[in-house]
Amino acid sequence: MNLIDLVEQKQQKTDLDPFDVGDTVKVHVIIKEGDKERIQVFKGDVISKRGRGLGASFTVRKVSFGIGVERIFPLHARTIKKIEVVKKGKVRRAKLYYLRGLKGKAAKIKEAK
Amino acid sequence: MIEGLIGKKIGMTQSFDAEGNAVPVTVIKAGPCTVVQKKNQEKDGYVALQLGLVEEKSVRKPNKPTTGHFKKTGLAPLRMLKEFRSADQAGIKEGDQVLVDIFQVGEKVHVTGTSKGKGFQGVVKRWGFRGGRASHGSMFHRAPGSIGASSFPSRVTKGKRMGGHMGHARITARNLTVIGLDKENNLLLVKGAVPGPRGSYVLIRKENFGTR
Repeated sequence: MNLIDLVEQKQQKTDLDPFDVGDTVKVHVIIKEGDKERIQVFKGDVISKRGRGLGASFTVRKVSFGIGVERIFPLHARTIKKIEVVKKGKVRRAKLYYLRGLKGKAAKIKEAK
Repeated sequence: MIEGLIGKKIGMTQSFDAEGNAVPVTVIKAGPCTVVQKKNQEKDGYVALQLGLVEEKSVRKPNKPTTGHFKKTGLAPLRMLKEFRSADQAGIKEGDQVLVDIFQVGEKVHVTGTSKGKGFQGVVKRWGFRGGRASHGSMFHRAPGSIGASSFPSRVTKGKRMGGHMGHARITARNLTVIGLDKENNLLLVKGAVPGPRGSYVLIRKENFGTR
């Protein structure tokens, strides 16, 4: 077996819910403030997934008060407590960067049945 | 005390530290090594341990001198032998196994390897010269420019940085933190990059190697 994979496997999360590009997710992020920890939820559409193994990451986009906000999360980061799939989306692209140029109803992703 | 090991660079990946930050990590297959020879003051003129890296592949056709050398300890011939100066040889026998557990997580190590060969390179890549502008009629792109004055001194000063062979040199990456150990698979994880391509031999030494 590949030794790099062997090393990476130890740190990879195995309890992740599968999600795809186009899905609406809630990412529960652990935020440290001094010695206190709290959880912040970032809800938005997954517009890209990249990488494999421990270095994989995904991008979540949401529109907050009319301003588009994107966050890139490492998939296996310890700071992510949970990734909750709210809605499955139906998309025909692997990367939904075209959403950046769209607003309102045009930027809506169709729900998968 | 054994303060170093021979290893093989496997490749790079990342890891997460206690705060959750991603840390770049190099995976090294370190050891298992065997003590092939103990060099002493009386016979050899210096004190050192000769370690050999035990690999899956054996030496296909060991020549006579190699066969003779390994016959003394009764070991199978090994491809990679390296000496580590070591004043304190108490309790170490020829034929002893050395494993990654001589290192500890959090410890600093030096890793020596042969850097990737870059071939014949110009001054821009080799020494970081800025070169000239690319366009607007410029006729000076990546040339070194002036290499010195004229009639005095009538020669180029020694050590003048010019184009030439780059890479494939012995380089030591110092003070790399040990991030993890895997004794079962003989793996050592150090923070940051290590010289050389994947699959190349590296020497791993403890931080204060040779100064004790």
